[in-house]
Amino acid sequence: MNKRTLNTALFYLVIILIVIPILFPFVWMLMSSFKTQVDIISWPPRFIFNPVMRNYQRVFIEQDFLHYMKNSVIVSVSAVALSLILGLPAAYSIARYKQKKLSIFILVARLMPGISFLMPWYIVFSRLHLMDSYIALILSHMLIALPLVVWVMSPYFDAVPRELEEAGMVDGLTQQAAFLKILLPLSGPGVVTATTLSFIFSWNNFMFSQVLSQQKTRTLPIAVYNFLSYVEVDWGAVMAAAVVIMAPAIVLTMFFQKYVIKGLTTGAVKG
Amino acid sequence: MIRQGFVEKNLRFLFPLPAVIFVVVLMVFPVGYTFFLSFTNWTLTSGRPLAVVRLASYIQVLKEPRFIEALGRTFYFTFAAVIAEMVLGTALALVLHRSFAGKNLMKTLLLLPLVATPVAIGIVFNLFYDPTIGILNYVLSVLGLPQSGWVSDAKTVMPSLIIVDIWQWTPMITIIVLAGLAGLSTEPYESAMVDGANSRQVLFRITLPMLMPTILTAVILRAIDALKTYDIIYSMTRGGPGYASENLNVLAFKYSFEYFRMGQSAVMLVFLFVIVMAFSLVVMRLRRAFEM
Repeated sequence: MNKRTLNTALFYLVIILIVIPILFPFVWMLMSSFKTQVDIISWPPRFIFNPVMRNYQRVFIEQDFLHYMKNSVIVSVSAVALSLILGLPAAYSIARYKQKKLSIFILVARLMPGISFLMPWYIVFSRLHLMDSYIALILSHMLIALPLVVWVMSPYFDAVPRELEEAGMVDGLTQQAAFLKILLPLSGPGVVTATTLSFIFSWNNFMFSQVLSQQKTRTLPIAVYNFLSYVEVDWGAVMAAAVVIMAPAIVLTMFFQKYVIKGLTTGAVKG
Repeated sequence: MIRQGFVEKNLRFLFPLPAVIFVVVLMVFPVGYTFFLSFTNWTLTSGRPLAVVRLASYIQVLKEPRFIEALGRTFYFTFAAVIAEMVLGTALALVLHRSFAGKNLMKTLLLLPLVATPVAIGIVFNLFYDPTIGILNYVLSVLGLPQSGWVSDAKTVMPSLIIVDIWQWTPMITIIVLAGLAGLSTEPYESAMVDGANSRQVLFRITLPMLMPTILTAVILRAIDALKTYDIIYSMTRGGPGYASENLNVLAFKYSFEYFRMGQSAVMLVFLFVIVMAFSLVVMRLRRAFEM
């Protein structure tokens, strides 16, 4: 074996050593979701077992996870859509008119601890009888999504040459029409990035829904967490619930890998 | 001819207006209200109206050992997790910065921990950490090492939680540093080759210094989130055993929504807020410094 092949072999060995710890929790979760309680609590831990569907039946039939899933979809999709409606024009204005202070003002919402507004929201939403309402949850999740939309989109709009809009305006479009008809269609990839990232962070949010939702509007992360409060933990069902809640974010990431990376590196890396 | 109606002339105010109103109503007012509450002794369940007590709640909170411990733990968690993530994350990026078959797949794998729902991750790690059925104690016993109580033992709970944070967020540093590496100019490397520098000199004298702005920004963004860690801790331990893993966010949450001591909770929120904002100001300063 020459030195080069040896190097390559060593490199892939290192890669495997990196991949195992990253993947192991996912693999174990998936395996456990098909195990009976006996297989899960057996010592030593079992890698080979008879897969059963019982845990998923329990999650979807006995626990009505479809209801929580529907809630999660309603809240995340609405919060992201409304944040795009508010955030895209704001991001455009920040990019075109170099409104640095405005951008910092909106981005502060990304940095602030969510709990410092959650307590006042709790008081106000209770007074307004909006506890356990979709409106309260959607508004709270918008505070997650909106700063992300602005964070991703203002550098994106900034990079599109002004001449494109100006050409449209010379042809008689108003500036707002030029934004809608020329700039936005060109910004598809940026919008995909902003949408994917803000959807994932809204989908995963635990604290806001924990306080603002009850049975009617409860979202998946709280439903999964509540599974644990039984006296004896039904690990298999909990793992099946964990698989269900993570699946959408993971599938989205696989489809939009390039965009997610773009979004995560915006701001930290120049260019 | 470019038309200039009312909307066009005032676009710079009209376009951001809805977003600004939203942020003012949902963030600025609530934060102001929290500041106000911190000067009261209001307890939601007492039935008494709130009374302004000036700094009395601050004094009560500062005398509360649980608060001081939570404050210390917030910094301990943040520094330990973020330093480990910075070192590991950068090292991983340096290893992966070359072209190899499967690199794209590797990037996707790196994204999985950070898009995974923290509550679900917490539950999976609880299964790993379980003292009687967990795979980690099994591995320790196979290696002939003493078993650990992991999150159920006050002595080991913080490191166990930090490990989860490291697992989840190291890949974010790696992804950002990889993007930074891809954007480095090649000139300094060419002159280093001419000067006959060895690979260690290249790493410490060229690569790392040029990467520093990227690494720092990533690390500080990460630190801001680590200061606010809630999901992982609450879902794995609820701040226990006892109070052994309460950080500021978890403690403030309990004061607000379990004890309903709004006045004192508001004081804690003010502290958390000030700490996070101080860190954030550093980020903005740094970014401005590097943008020159």
